[in-house]
Amino acid sequence: MHALALLAASVTVIGATMVITRKVAVHAVLYLVATMLGLAALLVMLGGSFAAMLEIIIYAGAIMVLFVFVIMMLNLGQPDSAREKEWLRPHVWLGPGVLAAIICAELLYCIVPLSDSVPSVVPITAHDVGLSLFGRYVLMVELASFLLLAGLVAAFHIGRNRVEDR
Amino acid sequence: MTSSALLTIILMPFLLLALATVLTWVERRLLGLWQDRYGPNRVGPGGLFQAVADGIKILFKQDWIPPFADKGVFILAPAIGMMTVLLSFAVIPFTMGIGIASNLNVGLLFILGMMGLGVYAVVLAGWSSNSKFALLGGMRAAAQMISYEVFMGLSLLGVVMMAGSFSLHDIVTAQAGLWFIIPQCLGFAVFLLAGIAETHRLPFDLPEGENELGAGFHTEYSGMKFGMFFIAEYAGIVLISSLVTTLYLGGWRGPLLPPAVWFLLKTGSMVAFFILLRASLPRPRYDQLMALGWKVLLPLSLLNVMVTGTLLMLRASL
Repeated sequence: MHALALLAASVTVIGATMVITRKVAVHAVLYLVATMLGLAALLVMLGGSFAAMLEIIIYAGAIMVLFVFVIMMLNLGQPDSAREKEWLRPHVWLGPGVLAAIICAELLYCIVPLSDSVPSVVPITAHDVGLSLFGRYVLMVELASFLLLAGLVAAFHIGRNRVEDR
Repeated sequence: MTSSALLTIILMPFLLLALATVLTWVERRLLGLWQDRYGPNRVGPGGLFQAVADGIKILFKQDWIPPFADKGVFILAPAIGMMTVLLSFAVIPFTMGIGIASNLNVGLLFILGMMGLGVYAVVLAGWSSNSKFALLGGMRAAAQMISYEVFMGLSLLGVVMMAGSFSLHDIVTAQAGLWFIIPQCLGFAVFLLAGIAETHRLPFDLPEGENELGAGFHTEYSGMKFGMFFIAEYAGIVLISSLVTTLYLGGWRGPLLPPAVWFLLKTGSMVAFFILLRASLPRPRYDQLMALGWKVLLPLSLLNVMVTGTLLMLRASL
């Protein structure tokens, strides 16, 4: 189990590294999908198979497809990648990179004491997820649905075919 | 893991591939029957070896990758299509005992996830071919399959609520008294339509739409890579048919005959129904397809969830 978890974790990390180093956007998205699948495998091993399936269905299966869809519509070419290269000069990313590295190191330092014991894997079923979503966290669910509704209304407003525009 | 389980895992893909290959012949013969002509009837008894002949022909064809294509993704796309369909079969309970992981507690979600990943095959094939017809086909496929996945998931909620489990084995067990097709007829209709759109079969084969897009997303494919799309499509039909059988038609349940025979009978008639649809229905326009989905099927599936939930609550409170 430990070896499997390490394998999935390394796939996830390598995938994430490839995402930020690929030049072709679709390749980056494909590596992001691999990262999602690696995360899902880790979730299964931690007992959260319900969350893992949702990760595959929603993130890998729907949101990433929309990414590919948008990339296909934009049809980026040579001039775009040249312009993007212009943005990636060292003096642009060096400062944020150093700051992010500090935070990352601190995060690693903080989680080291927590990492040595995962006592026993308790499977979290759909039943448990439902109970906590609509019991303890029902307010959060409602707030999230408000947010989604606002997004939906805004998208409808932007995409509306006004009569005077025709 | 027992040796019989291992054997099932090894045998299953071969069986499914053989089944999908034979289905290409079955479809052509049935289309011939319903359209009042013969169909392939020369090779072997009743033309049965036509499928084998086609398979050999397609293996020996030149496997050409267009120089303008994105080579890696171009090769990856048909493999994704094939893999996701074959993996989905892992959670289908063929009978009480036969099945690889039919008791997986998130089985239904696993299938939905695999179908979601299956979209990549079509979309990436369209993108990596780097040609206009393929790109248009890929974009149509992305919009169509993502939309219909929504209704497919929602229509299944009724079944999950009635069975109280995502495990396909439990869902079949819950249909002991009454097949879910009767209380869940609305969900069944939505699921069937979404299933046709999800396998991009006629009449919803807009991503291919040969009269307007050449061959759609697989325009640039040749040889066995095209064959993989083809076989994956037929395996997809078998998958949707066996899902309909499991979720709505009581799975392996039935009187007198052994369970495996019942499962095959039900799945076989669903496959024949898919072919009948192809033989009889014209293809709608793309905007009609999307309008049907979002304006009819979405409200219907939401209504189905609401009514099922209400009835279950009422029954529990009595």
